[in-house]
Amino acid sequence: MSLETEINFTLNGRPVTVRVPVAMKTLTMLREVLGLTGTKYACGEGECGACTVKVDGRTLNSCLMHAVDCDGRELVTIEGLKSPAGMNPTQKAFVDHGAVQCGFCMPGMIIQADYLTDDDPQLTREQAQRGLEGNLCRCTGYTKVLDAVEAAVEAKRCGR
Amino acid sequence: MDQKVTAPTIEKKTLIGQRVKKPDAPDKAIGKTRYINDMVLPQMLIGKVLFAGRPHARIVSIDTAAAERLPGVHAVLTGKDAAGLRFGFVRDNAALKDKVRCEHDEIAAVAAESEEIARQAIGLIEVVYEDLPGVFTPEDGAREDAPQIHDNFPGNKSLYFEFSHGEVAAAEADSDFVVDNVFRPHHVTHCCMGTSCAIADFDHNGKLTIWTQTQYPYNYKMDLAPALGLQPGDIRVIQPPVGGAFGSKLDVYPYEPIAALLAKRTGRPVKVIYSREEEFKASPTRQPAIIHMRTGCTRDGTLTFRTADVLLDNGAYTSWGPTIPVIMMRTVSGHYRVPVVDFKAQAIYTNNPYAGSFRGYGNVQTTWATAQQMDMLADMVDMEPLAFHLKNSQVSGEITPQKSFLRECVLVECLETAAGASDYSRKRKEYAAARAEPGRYKKGIGLASSIHNAGGAKIHKSDGIGTILKVDDYARVTVITGASEIGQGIDAVITLIVAEELGVPLEHVLIVNNDSDIAPWDVGVHASRTTFIAGNGTRRAARKAKAQILAAAEKMLGEPADTLELRGGSVVRDACGTPLIKLDRLLRQMHFQAEPELVMVTDYYEPKSEPEGAKHVSDHSAAYSHAVHVAEITVDTLTGEITVDKITMAQDVGRVINRMGLEAQIEGGLAIGLGYALSENMLLDRGLLKNPCFRDYKLLTAPEMPPLDLHFIESDCAEGPYGAKGISELPTIVIAPAIANALYNATGVRVFDPPMSPEKVARAIDAQRQAAGG
Repeated sequence: MSLETEINFTLNGRPVTVRVPVAMKTLTMLREVLGLTGTKYACGEGECGACTVKVDGRTLNSCLMHAVDCDGRELVTIEGLKSPAGMNPTQKAFVDHGAVQCGFCMPGMIIQADYLTDDDPQLTREQAQRGLEGNLCRCTGYTKVLDAVEAAVEAKRCGR
Repeated sequence: MDQKVTAPTIEKKTLIGQRVKKPDAPDKAIGKTRYINDMVLPQMLIGKVLFAGRPHARIVSIDTAAAERLPGVHAVLTGKDAAGLRFGFVRDNAALKDKVRCEHDEIAAVAAESEEIARQAIGLIEVVYEDLPGVFTPEDGAREDAPQIHDNFPGNKSLYFEFSHGEVAAAEADSDFVVDNVFRPHHVTHCCMGTSCAIADFDHNGKLTIWTQTQYPYNYKMDLAPALGLQPGDIRVIQPPVGGAFGSKLDVYPYEPIAALLAKRTGRPVKVIYSREEEFKASPTRQPAIIHMRTGCTRDGTLTFRTADVLLDNGAYTSWGPTIPVIMMRTVSGHYRVPVVDFKAQAIYTNNPYAGSFRGYGNVQTTWATAQQMDMLADMVDMEPLAFHLKNSQVSGEITPQKSFLRECVLVECLETAAGASDYSRKRKEYAAARAEPGRYKKGIGLASSIHNAGGAKIHKSDGIGTILKVDDYARVTVITGASEIGQGIDAVITLIVAEELGVPLEHVLIVNNDSDIAPWDVGVHASRTTFIAGNGTRRAARKAKAQILAAAEKMLGEPADTLELRGGSVVRDACGTPLIKLDRLLRQMHFQAEPELVMVTDYYEPKSEPEGAKHVSDHSAAYSHAVHVAEITVDTLTGEITVDKITMAQDVGRVINRMGLEAQIEGGLAIGLGYALSENMLLDRGLLKNPCFRDYKLLTAPEMPPLDLHFIESDCAEGPYGAKGISELPTIVIAPAIANALYNATGVRVFDPPMSPEKVARAIDAQRQAAGG
């Protein structure tokens, strides 16, 4: 019943060609077609940020974006942040500062934090609070998340 | 033995109180952790539920023929497939219903090849309902002419609890002041980021394997079995990583037996997973209540009595929610020194959603009342609240009317620390004086405290834990424990304790705690008990292993075991730290010697607490703890909006074990408490939930989290591991009334029914102005 189309895009640095139903959301494509389950479903209507991914360097809720709109773009998911050398500075900061509890919101939270700290190397704690407003977390109370973002800013500044 | 060791000495270093990372954090941070929500099994079908969508109705007919004919559908089940399979606390629930008693009642279920097909099939099921008049408040449910919700619970009466101590009438006659209020704590829900999910599969012999988010895997088997007509022993519970629980997974809910019934019918694994809307509608809530509380004191500020008459909105079925009086009464009788107590709580069935357990379990609701009345009484006596609290504070060794033995009680220290660090008394006076001055924004400061069990709570026959610990030939330690990790950080605590006792690196400790066929009994993650109980179990097991290792070392090295210690992966001389042999080498020598031995020990730890009992007079926890919160707020008197500027908190933690995990639990607990206090609210209109989404059900976000000043008071609990007490519920319990007291300090108004939303605060301020003739 569903019309399908073929799309080409870059996913975590590698080219991907995939056929997807035109009504499918990017979140569903990532999780169910491409097997990248790091990106989470938690509300499906852009209210919680658990499904946040990077598209052409900016972040958005993959539950709101149609998969066909990925065509020709560059996507980075939580699986694409780390390198063979290990976790990227944002991921490492989240682990080191106790920002991860159940961890379910963390893929989206970390992607967003990574974007914010890349986008503004001078990011303040207050700016980070506002920048993470769209990412809900039920475990942490955000305090350790913000500690981690401050540490990530520092780590990136020092080139680590 | 000639052990030539030239290594430098290894100094004694303790990990207790250090900051230890969660072992599960790295995989979660890189997106590798496979949560139950992410799991796919070969041949797996997707189960979907048809919810009633109406609060009270007779089911006239169900036609599933069209759904069954849809290609890709493997099974369609209805109430008749679950007939006779009652489950729940009072056996009033069933996986699929024969009558509608609340909006989310499960009427039919489908297993299909895909989510899409299952959804279509659900849409093809035709049900004819005959709507019945409903009951939407416990007061209405208790009326003589109220519609009956369950045939076998006349008068809609569910559970009833009472406790009394002393003569209220006499105590009241001796009182100079009495406060008398009705508090109405509301419906809120857990909002786990990972929605509810279960995967069920039967083997050829009829044994069920269920992958579940449960936080109590052993009693879970007992509770699930009757919903399926199985023996508990024929159920294997596997707990993959979960996206939060907070008490919501402390019972069996219908989607779990539905997954199993579908798996049984189809012979294939079946996964049921909720959408966010389904999660809002169909998961348990915090127990709402109507609390009529009265507290008295004498002119010198000594408490004389406290009574609480509580009506609980049971909702349609009985889960853990209506059992909260067990904890409510401990607070009514134990929050400060109260010589005379009378507590009654009746739960009344309604056609509303039903409540389960939720972090803070009854104490959130009770402290909302007791802590505000403490503030009100201080005002009436004209005492500075801190002095009033201190005058009525218990000290170590006191026993409450319910026989809670406060062995190590540091309530006074908590009060003085939180009040001192926040400059509470000076600010309170200043803000109260500024109340009458002109100006839209008013500052306020409020103090609240509470007491909670901190060493488990023996409401089951056992509050214990089994632990199996083995050390392999490479000095890698495996701890097989009943303690569940639901994100709260018990794996880090267990790792820390093993490393502390056996002197091995943290990363050499492996934990197996997610399979009921492997790990031994534990009652579950609840009652702020896991660090206390599992911490003790782990330490006892590790010490047994250590004794075996050092006894072997004594034989091999010819030095007395009591002069040896395990440090830095070696056996060392305790006094000077000189390493004598690497631990892994010693273990291999033990294993491969003429009389070989392996290090594998077992332990069963049962805390020294007494069963709750029907009369509720028992020392039901191995420890009790207090916390004091001071909230500083700004109130916009025009819009009624409350901004929390700062929270200062002092809590008796017994002893800090993992400092990072402790802070994280306190911060997260506060956030849930803040949401409860200010914004979270399930809007129910005649039993129907009107805001089943994050847009309309407002959780706290990052910009709203205030700065925190946390103070950990170490009372050194004799029974706790290294002196530790359980900690995770008090932060959620105490903050809301601290803000309520701050609101009063800022404006002179009180809100008795949370949340303290802008609308309610603005209305209260407006009413006050009108009453004052302005």
